[in-house]
Formats: sequence, structure tokens, C-alpha cells
Amino acid sequence: MKKADKFVKNAAGRMVPTIINGEQVIPFKGINKYKPAHKGSAPRVPTCIEYPRDGNKIVKNLKQALKQAGLKDGMTISTHHHYRNGDYVSNMVFDIAAELGIKDLRWLPSASFPCHAPIIEHLKSGVVHHIEGSMNGPLGNFCSHGKMKGLGYLRSHGGRYRAISDGEVHIDVAVIAASAADMTGNANGVLGKHPFGPISFSKTDVKNADKTIVVTDSLVDFPCYPWEIMGNDVDYVVTIDEIGDPEKIVSGTTKITKSPDRLLIAERCAKFVEAAGILKDGINFQAGAGGTSLAFVHFIKDMMLEKCIKARSMVGGSTKFLVDMMEEGLTDYIFDGQTFGLEAISSLRDNPKHIPIGIFDIYDFHAKGNMAQMMDVIVLGSTEVDVNFNANCVTHSDGRMLHGIGGFQNCLLAKCTILAVPSFRDRIPVIKDEVTTLVAPGELVDVIVTERGIAINPKRKDLIEATKNSGLPIKDINEIKEEVDQICGIPAKPKLSDEAVAVVEWIDGTILDTIRKVEDS
Amino acid sequence: MEKIGSAGNYGKKVRSDCKATLQLTKSGGLDIQLISKVEDYFGKHIISLAKEELKFFGIKNAKLKLEDRGALDFVITARIEAAIKQIVETNKEFLLPIIDQNTDQTSKQRYRRSRLYLPGNTPKLALNAGIHKPDGIILDLEDSVAISKKKEAAILVRNALRNVNFYGAERMVRINQLPLGLKDLDLIVPHNVNLILVPKCEHAKQIETVNNRIKELNNQERNIWLMPIIESALGVINSYEIASSRNVVALAIGLEDYTADINTQRTDDGRESFFARSQIVNSARAAGIQPIDSVFSDVNDMQALKDNVKISKSLGFHGMGCIHPRQILVIHQGFAPTSEEIEKAKAIVDAYNEAKEKGEGVVSLGSKMIDPPVVKRALQTLKMSGGNK
Repeated sequence: MKKADKFVKNAAGRMVPTIINGEQVIPFKGINKYKPAHKGSAPRVPTCIEYPRDGNKIVKNLKQALKQAGLKDGMTISTHHHYRNGDYVSNMVFDIAAELGIKDLRWLPSASFPCHAPIIEHLKSGVVHHIEGSMNGPLGNFCSHGKMKGLGYLRSHGGRYRAISDGEVHIDVAVIAASAADMTGNANGVLGKHPFGPISFSKTDVKNADKTIVVTDSLVDFPCYPWEIMGNDVDYVVTIDEIGDPEKIVSGTTKITKSPDRLLIAERCAKFVEAAGILKDGINFQAGAGGTSLAFVHFIKDMMLEKCIKARSMVGGSTKFLVDMMEEGLTDYIFDGQTFGLEAISSLRDNPKHIPIGIFDIYDFHAKGNMAQMMDVIVLGSTEVDVNFNANCVTHSDGRMLHGIGGFQNCLLAKCTILAVPSFRDRIPVIKDEVTTLVAPGELVDVIVTERGIAINPKRKDLIEATKNSGLPIKDINEIKEEVDQICGIPAKPKLSDEAVAVVEWIDGTILDTIRKVEDS
Repeated sequence: MEKIGSAGNYGKKVRSDCKATLQLTKSGGLDIQLISKVEDYFGKHIISLAKEELKFFGIKNAKLKLEDRGALDFVITARIEAAIKQIVETNKEFLLPIIDQNTDQTSKQRYRRSRLYLPGNTPKLALNAGIHKPDGIILDLEDSVAISKKKEAAILVRNALRNVNFYGAERMVRINQLPLGLKDLDLIVPHNVNLILVPKCEHAKQIETVNNRIKELNNQERNIWLMPIIESALGVINSYEIASSRNVVALAIGLEDYTADINTQRTDDGRESFFARSQIVNSARAAGIQPIDSVFSDVNDMQALKDNVKISKSLGFHGMGCIHPRQILVIHQGFAPTSEEIEKAKAIVDAYNEAKEKGEGVVSLGSKMIDPPVVKRALQTLKMSGGNK
């Protein structure tokens, strides 16, 4: 079986496969040109008589649970990434699978991180056939070099939720790490020894998987409430010593950047939002974690205080910074799909105005409204952008895949999407003629803010008009590119082979672009 | 064994720099080894550039190792040149074409509210310094450069003066204390520097020495202004004489060394330096030049900086030094012209425009004649008041 076969040129002009890992897929047709069918995933429907009357589903260990779940060759296992780079559970699952001699598993994480590097061994030995999900760091690098047996498949957060709910990806066993759970599987991420926040990513997993295992390091008496995961969706409960290291959830996400250039970019984003008339009472906006995003919120906060503006809602991943803003009365609500740091987690648990939000509601293409669309402004980062406002966030200019899509594509639906990027990194220009990998179609990118100028998508005449006398350095994107090319020189094209190693899915389930194998230099 | 020349920095945390290690050989031609994170994009270009440079210096047989962290051409060529000059006697200079933006001259009167210090041997900080819009940038060869790195830093600074776009900031260099600093002038003066800071200045004679050396080197007769830095008790005493010297446009004070010299410590309220700061302001104003305050070193405390600027302006200073780009705006706002100054400037500019319309050669406001530099200054005042809301 070929990893990828029968390539065609899609509506974005990219060559994409129509057969991936043996299954038929649909090439990208254009923004809002394709409506995915909801086939339903038809999970096995059990009855209560198959479960203990006393509700006690505890089994002695994870190995036993996986055995009882009927784990066998070729199955699909899903996990979540709420522990980010501090997750212990995913590695345990595949170590056990290896011990049991199981082969050709498909891993469907909501994202993978450098802490999952040990799974490279399982990919080499054939325990894991391929990964469908964001690959950050070493796994992405491994996949980029064409070493994975199957084709990598990258979906946005909303896209993953949709694919599972639509029955495009069937989960055999969902393994859910929960910081607190009871014997019957009611579980959450806000109580226990190592809380991490909401378990938003797994909600579709437990509804659609054949078997669900909850793994916790803090078993509490029934009922474990709040019960974001309902025991009635759970087959087995396992307790282990530690499910993860909460310290590593926050690394690099909760501190405002100190880089003067990135601060300048963040400040320009804030000034742009103000100049464009977006910053007004009742604003709803995404205020995510990460150095530049946080800095943006920091500058917006000063403006809000100065102009006596209050937001109606801010969407996280929230941090202490956002919580402080709510406590100071600068927003009525915080919505959170992920939460960073103990202060934010306590707020989510204890403050009814700090609302855990499901991936379906905010990001899913099937949601009857989709909250991302209602956001007044969202600021995102990128690895590359191009003169047509297309953007890339998964590969570097050398073609190596080192990041996931996350909510990036889903956020593009906001009323104003701003990409905050340096115009070059080291010597490598960030503004290209054409992005290496297409993740964000330029149609949906409104503004690109760099330290050398702000470029507005010509399609957004309203923003151009609103900011024309703002005194901000608004330039043609080609002008910024030219300036950068003069500083850096024109880079040679990266050496990429024709061989596909992964694909990028668009939020509607069609195939947007192909990631090619990086030649070893 | 053949001698080895080596210049530049390489390491995990180093960015936009490269380390060149050169060893001359008897035969075998040029053997260039490149280790670079941008090799896929610029590898061929860097190697051909290195070859061109080695040939320029007449080197036919050598081993050159370039360990690169994304350095631009002006950095790579500076590092190679510095490595060569450690082992080969030569007066030649390998220069890339100067960029158009770096050929301008500055006026005596221009604003010098903020001057951003950039360590002369750290190219990364120079690249984007101009986008933060300081009035001036200082490529520093003195305290921020280790003794063993002085030579390579001077070559790098020379190249930066030619090839880095500072987006309109005045290009300043702080040379080393004399007599070492005189050697720095050889490299700096012919390459469009706008202003030279003379550290630890104590006598007008030192300024004369610098002026004379500049004159010998400055064959294009460009304006090269001086900003002496007073950093000792003796310097404070002689400050008027120094301020009145030729080409001096501003007088700065360096409080770290000054407080050490008078045997005390710097404090937040600065009582210990009140006399010196006032004296500097007085000497500078008496000589008709700009008094410039010392840097404020806590880059995280913007409120304290704001308070400091307030005091500084009230003492009569025109501007101060900064060591972090985020300090620039606070300083500009703090030293921004007051509404009175703005009104006065408006009146001057209006009078000038009226005279121009009428075709009158002489501009007057009330009973006063207005000289062209005053008009220029007034225009600048209006510009500054508009740009820093």
C-alpha cells in the first residue's frame, strides 16, 4: 500500500493525494465550497448489564485495561494533549502495546510534543504505523524525513473533532488522562494532585470510541464532580502514580516576551486593533497564551484601562494574566479550551464566569454558528507567510515539520485575523513568494504585522480605509518583502523530494496541501 | 605550526553572528568548511563570498572554518577580515557597497533625546535597533567589548556603519578611552559615522587630539560631531572648556564611573550626582550644546525610568542614554516639548512661511530676527510633538 497516491491539483493550486493510507480523500475545493457529510461514527452500543452494578470499573493497571479493551493490531488509539510537554500517559500506552507484541497501531493524539520522542522507537519497530495529529518537535522531524510507515495527517483542533464525530476516523480505544476520577469514570482536569484545566479535546473521543479508559493519579469517591467526562461513557478506570508533570504544561506559554522586537510587533497589533475601531466596549477576542499573544493582550489591557473599555469575553488558553484582567473588571467572561497555570485552573474551577468550552462549540465546522466566527479579532503566529497572505504554521522554510496546526485554521474564521510575525528569523525571510506549506489560505488572513511594517490584505478595503490616517507603518506586503530580501539576500529553495510524508487537512475535511520529504543534507 | 586567526562568536545562544577560524597553508588552495543553520539557503553564497574575500587579501592557500548562526554578509566578512588581520600584516579593507541610507549627514541641532547603546561586537542587536526609532544608535567599542575582542569589534562596527539600515537614527560610535580610542578612529571615520562619543573625557586637549585625528582621516570633509562623556570629578570641573571645543554638539555624563570617582554609590534619588549633573547642564547650555543624562539601568522598571526622566528634564537635560529599546518611547515622551514650546515653535514656523510667501529674505517674529537654524529647530519641535502622542 502506498502512503499517498493519485495526486491532483486542488483549488489552492497544490498537488495533493486523493488516496491516503489506502483510503479515499477529497482535495480542497475552496473556502466554503465543500460541506462535509456527517456519517456518524456508529460506536459499539453496549447495555448497562455488561458493566458492574456497583459502578466500579477499576482495573488493576493500564496493561490490563488495554487487554480488556481488546487492543489488537491495526487499531486506532486516541489521547489528549492537555498535559502538553509533560504528558506521561501516551508513552505508557505504546510501551505496553510493544510489550504485548501489537503492531501497526494508528495514534490519534490531539497533539504530540517533544516528550513523546520515545514513540519514535515504536514507529521504527512497527508498533505504531503512523500518527494522525499535530507533531511538535522530534516526531515531526522523524516524519519529515519520510521514516514513518504511514502518511502523517495533520488536522486542526476543530478538524480533528469533526473527523472523529463524522466517522472519518474511528477510534478503537480512547485513553483519557484525568487529574481526578472516580471508580465509575466520572472525571475532570481541575481537581486532584496534578490539575491541568478542561478536558475539552477528549469529549468527542469518549462519545465515539469503542472503548474508553480513564487514567488518573487522584482517585476520588463517587461522584467526581465536575464531570467533564461522564462515567457512562467510560469502560475502565486505571490509577497510576503520576499522569504528567504540570510544570511542563506552562513552559514558555505564560510569560510575556522580553524580546524588544516581538514586543514592538505585539504593540503594533494592539495599535492596529485600536486604529481599526475594533477595540470597543463589548469586544470579544482571543487572548491566547504564548509570548507575543500575551504581550498583545498586555498592550490591549493598557488601552482598555485608558479608554474605559470592557470586553464581553476573552478566549484563552487563559493564564494568570487573563484571570487578573477579569478580576479587575476588564472582561465579563473567559472561555477556555486549555488553561495554563494553577491560578487560571482555580479560576476555571471556582469562577462561574470562567467557562470551559468544548472544541465543538468554538471550532467545529459543523457547529451551528461556530464561536470563532464571532470573535472580533484573533492574533496568531506563523512560521511563514507569503505575498498572497497565505500562511504556514507547521513546517519551517526548510520543509521540516516541527509544529502542529492547533486552532490556527479554526481561528481564521474570526472577523479580523492578524498574523504577528518577525519579517525574518536569523537570516531567513519569513515573507515568501509562496509558503512552503499552505495551512491558512490567504483569503482568510486579514493583516500581517511585522517589525518592519503592517500589511493589510487588499480584500479588506474596510480595514485599509479605517487605518489610513492612523500613522501606523502600513505598507504593501511586497514592499516589506523587498526590504527584507535586501537585508537577508534571496535564499535558495529548500531541497524537498517529491515523496509525500504528511498532509494538511482543511477544516471541512478536504486536503489542502502535501508536506514533502526533506532530503538529508 | 602555522598561526591561527579566529574572530566572532558561535554557540547555541548566539544569533546573527559567525565565528571564522583561519589557518594559512603552504599548498592545496582554499579549503572552506561551513557549518551553518542557513546552509540550505545561503551556503553557496557564503562560500563564494568567503573565497572572494580571501583572494582580495591575497590569500591563496588556507583552511577557513566558518561556524555560522545566521550572520548577514557584513558580519561574515568582518569576522573573516578580523581573523586574517590576526595572522597577516595588511592595511587593506574588504568593504561591501555602502547602502544609500547610510550616507546622510546630521545637523548640529538635531534631537538627541535618546541614544541607544549597542554592544559593538554583538551584531544581533544592531540589526533591528533602528526600527525602535531612537534619535541615535551608539555602536559601542568601549565597556561592552572585552579587551581581547577590541580589534574584531572595530571591524564589525565599521561594516555596520556602512551596511545596517538604522532607519534615520544618527549613527554614533563610542570609541575606547584615549589613546586606544585614536586607533578606533582609523576604522570609523572614513565610513560615514555621524558622531563620536569620547569616554572618560577630562580635558579639552583630549577633544583637540580627537578632532585633529578626525581631520587627518576625514578626507570627504563630512560633519563628524563629538559627544564627550564626563565620568570623573576632574571632568566635571573642566566641563565648560570641553563643551566649548570644536565639533562638540552634546555633553553626556556617565554616572557609574563618576560616583565611583567621588567615592560614593549611585542611589535612586541621585542626590550624590546632583552637583555634577547640574554642572554638566550648565556647561553645555553655556556652550550652546545639548546636555545629555546618563543611562537608567533597570530595564524592567518603566515607572522608575519615567520618574528619572522627569527629574532629568527638570534639571535641564535634553535627553538621556538607553540600554534597551523599550526605554526609547518613555524617554521621548518624557523629554517631549511642552505645550509652551510647541506654541512658540508654531509661531516661528508661521512667521517663516509668511515671509517665504511674501518673498522676504529675512524672517522676523515681533521685533526679533529669526535665523534659519531656529526655524529648523522649531520645525523639529513640531515634528517631535506630533509623533509621540
